Amino acid sequence: MSELIVHSGGLYTTVQDSGRPGQYAIGMPPSGAMDQYSYAAGNMLVGNAPGAAALEATYIGPRLEFTDSRTIAVTGADAPITVNGEPVPAWETLTVDAGDVLGFETIRGGARPYIAISGGVAVPEYLDSRSTYTLTGIGGHNGRALTDGDRLALGEPPSGTAPKPGTSVPAALRPELPGVAQLRLVVGLCSYRLTTEALRSFSETTWKITKDANRVGYRLRGGTIEFAEREQPFGAGSDPANVVDLGYPIGSVQVPGGDEPIILLNDAVTGGGYATVGTIISVDRDRVAQTKTGDQIDFVPVDVEDAMTARRDRRSRLEKVQAAISG
Amino acid sequence: MAETTAQLPPARYEFGGDEFIFVELDQEMSLEANFKAMAITGALREKDVDGVIDICPSNASYMVRLDPDVLHPRELMTELKRLEHSAGELPENYSVPTRIVDVPVLFDDPWTRETLLRFRDNHQDPESTDLEYAARINGHPSVQSLIDAITSAPFIVTMLGFVPGLPFCYQMVPRDRQIEVPKYVRPRTDTPERAFGYGGAFSVVYPVRGAGGYQLFGIAPAPVFDLAQKLPDFTDHIAFPKPSDILRYRAIDRAEYDRTRADVEAGTFRYRIREVEFVPSAFLADPDGFNRELLEVLYR
Repeated sequence: MSELIVHSGGLYTTVQDSGRPGQYAIGMPPSGAMDQYSYAAGNMLVGNAPGAAALEATYIGPRLEFTDSRTIAVTGADAPITVNGEPVPAWETLTVDAGDVLGFETIRGGARPYIAISGGVAVPEYLDSRSTYTLTGIGGHNGRALTDGDRLALGEPPSGTAPKPGTSVPAALRPELPGVAQLRLVVGLCSYRLTTEALRSFSETTWKITKDANRVGYRLRGGTIEFAEREQPFGAGSDPANVVDLGYPIGSVQVPGGDEPIILLNDAVTGGGYATVGTIISVDRDRVAQTKTGDQIDFVPVDVEDAMTARRDRRSRLEKVQAAISG
Repeated sequence: MAETTAQLPPARYEFGGDEFIFVELDQEMSLEANFKAMAITGALREKDVDGVIDICPSNASYMVRLDPDVLHPRELMTELKRLEHSAGELPENYSVPTRIVDVPVLFDDPWTRETLLRFRDNHQDPESTDLEYAARINGHPSVQSLIDAITSAPFIVTMLGFVPGLPFCYQMVPRDRQIEVPKYVRPRTDTPERAFGYGGAFSVVYPVRGAGGYQLFGIAPAPVFDLAQKLPDFTDHIAFPKPSDILRYRAIDRAEYDRTRADVEAGTFRYRIREVEFVPSAFLADPDGFNRELLEVLYR
């Protein structure tokens, strides 16, 4: 039996793939890798089909032992990695044998490394996805983050020519990890709840990520936002931040209390009663994934066409990654 | 219900980034806005549009998640505006085949009481319980009077979401008899599983333990969410409530709560369910008479 033995689970390591679409209407978010770009590049480096399940680590990576020969790659955050204690490069195709141990040193930049393994992590699918959603304990490995001693089944390595060891993603095609993350925001939804002045101040403020930052959402601090005065509509509740409960897009930003914006992410609550003021474009969820507590964020207003352009750009960058790997 | 039969304002169409479209049918809650959301999302579901991933009706709005690599959000928005005219204007005899369900609730139970006392600092009124506070601000002379109001008329499921399987329920009474409460000033970080809560004009049953901002009134012995799909009512789906379900919350005592919990644990619990045809025009013309008939069907 080909397995992955978890010596140490790290801070919060989960099995993730491209996500579990189609369940939002009952309140189940799609989950999936938060940084889809790094996740996709990882699968390319090990010759997996798109959508193969990988591991998403958070801040402190896991320590993993392999039980057979595999091709692996680590992408995402800038984390020094080792095999059997010897430094090895990230963003590069590596081979490991039975008994080899992959380890992580302290992260230098970003927040979430991705570990792709040829054949993928073969936990059972739940509703067509292997992504972990810990709130209700579904998907992934027993619906939870990995802990010491876990053993995870691996899939059959793909047939055909896998990328050769040493194949790497060129530096120009790796994500930048700037000091202040620029998040492009399509302003809208219930942005009418803010005064014009408040909306301007919202995008002019540099926000800081609080300790409440996880796969459900990130809470920010750094400014105060004024709501427009109104008589609250029937059914909303009396707080100026309250609206009649409605759907929350993934990536949407709400400002309960006026001083603590929340960005909802892959494990989002799907709806609720706080005014939403805009939505991070889908591509920039990759950027949020590589930020952590204490990091800074700027919101940059864009329109939906800019969001579409950014999506095309990401696809073309991934095509370049594939071209570089295929040589 | 004359005050809620007014025309809805023009719908507001908004892009939720590139992957979502949000459509607000009204800023305030009304059954009319909810029926319109259900009708438009139902019509969209039937059209089976390529690139549409999730169709999510909510209380007075709806949201659609799309794959922008397949369908341009602008194109979908145009289609949704078309649907507002073709499907959003409801005929006078519009009716919804649905079901009425008996949902037992133990009000003022030890578990939600323990929780709400732990979070008094997050509340508008740290000196009262959530039930005492809600009774007072809604002009009820006692907690019992508030509970009687909640159990006297059924609720309709107007939205699912927040977390998997959570039903947002709107009481089927004229607006002047609606109960309305604020959400907690700062949301709690803990809520017991199956807690019965109230926020704005909506009641909910929390499917799983977790964060929450609604006022805590009681606890349901029966689940609304069953991941293991062990109970017969969950054979087809992990979530029990469906949009437009009519739920009648019935106050029970501790003995019935414990009996029902034992049935749930044994895997034998079944909700009392009756199929009904919900005719909004008939309901709006005579809410009390309509509700009386619904309850007769349920408990016959």
